[in-house]
Amino acid sequence: MRIKLEKRREPSMAMLVITPVASVLLTMLIGIVVFDLIGIKGFKAVVDIFLSPLLASYKWQDVALKAAPLIIIALGLSMGNRAQVWNIGAEGQYVIGALCSAGVGIAFGAAGGFFVILLMVLAGMIGGGAWAAIPAVLRTRYNVNEILSSLMLTYVALQVLGYLVGGPWKDPNGRNFPATAPLIDAQTLPVWPGSTVHLGVLVALVLPFVFWVIMARSEFGYQVRVVGSSPTAARHGGFDSRRTIWATLIIGGAMAGLAGSLEFTGVLHKIDLGFPSGYGFTAIIVAFLGRLNPIGCLIAGIVLAVTYVGGQMAQTSVHIPNSTAGIFQAMMLFFILASDILVRYRVRIIPSAKAVA
Amino acid sequence: MSLDFIIAAIITVVGLTTPILLAGLGELVVEKSGVLNLGVEGMMLVGAISGFGVTVFTFNPWLGVLGAAAGGAAASMLFAVLVLQLNSNQVATGLALTIFGTGLSSLLGLSFTGRIIVPFLSVFPDWLAKDPVWRLFFGHSPIVYFAILMIPLTSWFLKSTRAGLILRAVGENDLSAHSIGYSVVGVRYAAIAFGGAMAGIGGCYFSMVITPMWAEKMTAGRGWIALALVVFAGWRTGRLLAGAYFFGILMALELYAKASGFSFLPSQFWAAMPYAMTVVALSFISSRGTAGANAPACLGKPFLPSS
Amino acid sequence: MTKISRRTLFKGAGAASLAALASPALAEDKVKVGFIFLGPIGDYGWTWAHNKGRMQIDTELGDKVETIYVENVAEDASAIPVIRDLAQQGCKLIFTTSYGYMDQTVQVAGEFPDVKFEHCTGFKRADNVATYNSKFHEGRAVLGTIAGKLSKSGVLGYLGSYKVPEVVLGVNSFALAAQKQNPAATVKLVMIDSWFDPPKEAAATETLINLGCDIVTTHTDSPGPLQILEQKGLHGFGQGADMSTFAPNAHLTAIEDIWGPYYVERTKALLDGSWKSIDTWDGFKEGTVVISAYSKDVTPEAAAEADKVQAGYKAGTYNIFTGPIYDQTGALKVKEGDVIADADLAVMDWFVKGVESAS
Repeated sequence: MRIKLEKRREPSMAMLVITPVASVLLTMLIGIVVFDLIGIKGFKAVVDIFLSPLLASYKWQDVALKAAPLIIIALGLSMGNRAQVWNIGAEGQYVIGALCSAGVGIAFGAAGGFFVILLMVLAGMIGGGAWAAIPAVLRTRYNVNEILSSLMLTYVALQVLGYLVGGPWKDPNGRNFPATAPLIDAQTLPVWPGSTVHLGVLVALVLPFVFWVIMARSEFGYQVRVVGSSPTAARHGGFDSRRTIWATLIIGGAMAGLAGSLEFTGVLHKIDLGFPSGYGFTAIIVAFLGRLNPIGCLIAGIVLAVTYVGGQMAQTSVHIPNSTAGIFQAMMLFFILASDILVRYRVRIIPSAKAVA
Repeated sequence: MSLDFIIAAIITVVGLTTPILLAGLGELVVEKSGVLNLGVEGMMLVGAISGFGVTVFTFNPWLGVLGAAAGGAAASMLFAVLVLQLNSNQVATGLALTIFGTGLSSLLGLSFTGRIIVPFLSVFPDWLAKDPVWRLFFGHSPIVYFAILMIPLTSWFLKSTRAGLILRAVGENDLSAHSIGYSVVGVRYAAIAFGGAMAGIGGCYFSMVITPMWAEKMTAGRGWIALALVVFAGWRTGRLLAGAYFFGILMALELYAKASGFSFLPSQFWAAMPYAMTVVALSFISSRGTAGANAPACLGKPFLPSS
Repeated sequence: MTKISRRTLFKGAGAASLAALASPALAEDKVKVGFIFLGPIGDYGWTWAHNKGRMQIDTELGDKVETIYVENVAEDASAIPVIRDLAQQGCKLIFTTSYGYMDQTVQVAGEFPDVKFEHCTGFKRADNVATYNSKFHEGRAVLGTIAGKLSKSGVLGYLGSYKVPEVVLGVNSFALAAQKQNPAATVKLVMIDSWFDPPKEAAATETLINLGCDIVTTHTDSPGPLQILEQKGLHGFGQGADMSTFAPNAHLTAIEDIWGPYYVERTKALLDGSWKSIDTWDGFKEGTVVISAYSKDVTPEAAAEADKVQAGYKAGTYNIFTGPIYDQTGALKVKEGDVIADADLAVMDWFVKGVESAS
């Protein structure tokens, strides 16, 4: 007998939905077994990591805050990935976006209010987009691989942050610690009364639907999908792949910048050396976990946020080290990627003469 | 500047360069076979902990290096199965491997924190490395010589052997290589395993030579530099060597500039230099078209035979 | 493996989560004390030292107190739910052990007025938030004394992380103490823009050695630099803990961060109801800064000078920041006999004469 793969004419919708769910369940199952083997209460650990944050209502806002930047960044990245554009420097764009917001905030001094906040957030998007425009120029003009240029620029962005918060933008009342002055209240995002959930969470809930409309219904979305799936067909259809590279990289950067800006104005209210916290890298997993689909990104962002919040809960309850959360995330991604084949192919088992003999 | 000073500086550069050279060379072979593995950082970390762990248990650094190679190769097989057998997306799978390797090495390393081993330094008799000039030739860890030796060996393998020819053919046009009867998947398995082993050895240079200890995330992002090097080198072994040393010199320059009190520029400028210069150099090399011309045609694309 | 049917899976999940939710409400006979750590407890540096302090609570007050901790907590918004989580789990006293948790600690403290918080190395306090720190620079003065006495080249190396007051104080204290032994001593400073990057720390140490430093002290968290010094046959100091196992010959002595007595004292204060929000900046006198045993390579003369500094700090008669002190440009910053006040030390951002730095 042998296994034969038959390409489906259309990706299977059922598999598209079933496989991510199965991946998460399979990860949980393996987690239980592995933890028991290494002497940790496996069931309790897995419940803490995957379910407790959802079951305890007081944990919902933590999940929401963690998920928001992941979702927003993943939306931009998944659009690029659809067009075979690999921006892995979202972390740098996130940082530059936040810094641009801070710059605008500082420029307005004590002024605040709706328009100032709007300007700060827009500046964040422009900054993130501009930082991503560098790999776009390099790719379209000099043929430089964007995976590497965007990543190298992340390291540069971290040094820019270090310079600004330790030098020109250092808080004069901050006891000479490298950090910007905390934002005045009039420059911070509105927060849902009695919670820490800020306006950015709402943005993260709405944006997936906007992206879904763009990708599924607009001419531009169609172009992105064609360029990604078949560059030759795109050329024949008169689509300019350079324009697609530009657009997707800049949108990706702007989304990362937006996330950075919302995190700054909504949650942290200041920028210090601890500001870059890896959302830009984790969002790449979110994009793939969500199968590069905007609504998928929304769900995947929440799932990943749950494992983060749950991973920290499990540290105190069953004393598992922090690094295991990373292993879980990688495992989920491995399963999702492995099961991708079921979406695109039909698996047939064909009995052969050899097997019988 | 005295001769001693220059030689000591060169030795620092060698230390900064060797791990990225090893990992970069492995990745070059992987990419020549048409596969892009972004999991270098993860494989280096797995190599670092396996090399260290084996040395702790066996007291034998040679076995430690073998263990590092085996660890890196084993980690790379996870990637290989997904990418070659199940045609998963190479970029995402590579990233997942990095995340996995980081987590796994941290978990394995929990019991090794705070332990030390004898550093795997020069194995030549002391009198050979006494004179500074002689030290330049005889004062390094065996891993350094191995890295340098692997450059011409790999070059020879790729250019002049039948197996190397097949590997390149698989990377350039997998479908025709398949139709002639070569096992595309088999060749790529071998290339990925080699890449993993080399990344593993590169990783153990951190935990066994530079600082003989284990610490979480101790490779501190060098795996990404190794990836950049391959593109930088235009998929050529000779240029990879030059590129690795170029980067090593820039990193050393940062430290020398700071220690010498060059205060006319902020310190962050020096820290950003190696990365910024890599981007600039990448643009320069890529724009001349030579890099693009050398990129394996099937790089990063799934192998889909029609039958 | 036990069989897991769908039904038992859900039943189990429900039961476990109910138990998890119910546990804070159950009558606790032990008072819970929580800790938030920046690194892994096995980092053999900053977090390791804090965790040792935590364990001292377990040893001394284990019958009345239970401690819990979370490691690897990033210094960003994600620290907020972690701190809140400890409070919700019933911790009555929570130590947040890194500067970057400052605003997060103050924020969560506002939500839990009945819980006491202690933030390490910060400066923002509230009714239920106290701050504490260690005078690491007093220890640096001892290291500087030994280095000034032992160095043949008179050129000393200092491996720093970032330009924050703690590091600036350390550099200045080290340089001033060395110059008391050898007026011509200079300190070469390299900031590696990271607290932890072993290969870079190693390369920076080699660089400092090549530029003529024969003793290098580190203000980053890995024992990597000591291992390089060991290979070169030179000397250095441990950071945060006795690191002599990593470099038996190179290791002259170390500054040990001893948090245990403070943690025990504050927990006792919580238990007997005398806890107040205060700012504590302890040093040699209170036992927070401790110098490890000197190695055989510390000469008797150097040991005697170093002991004098330690004894002076313990008796309150010695302060390295006593004028005259000049800055890098040679301008007099502190007049003869004047002493820099603690409040000014806490914000120091300039280096003293003899420090060669890039920023």
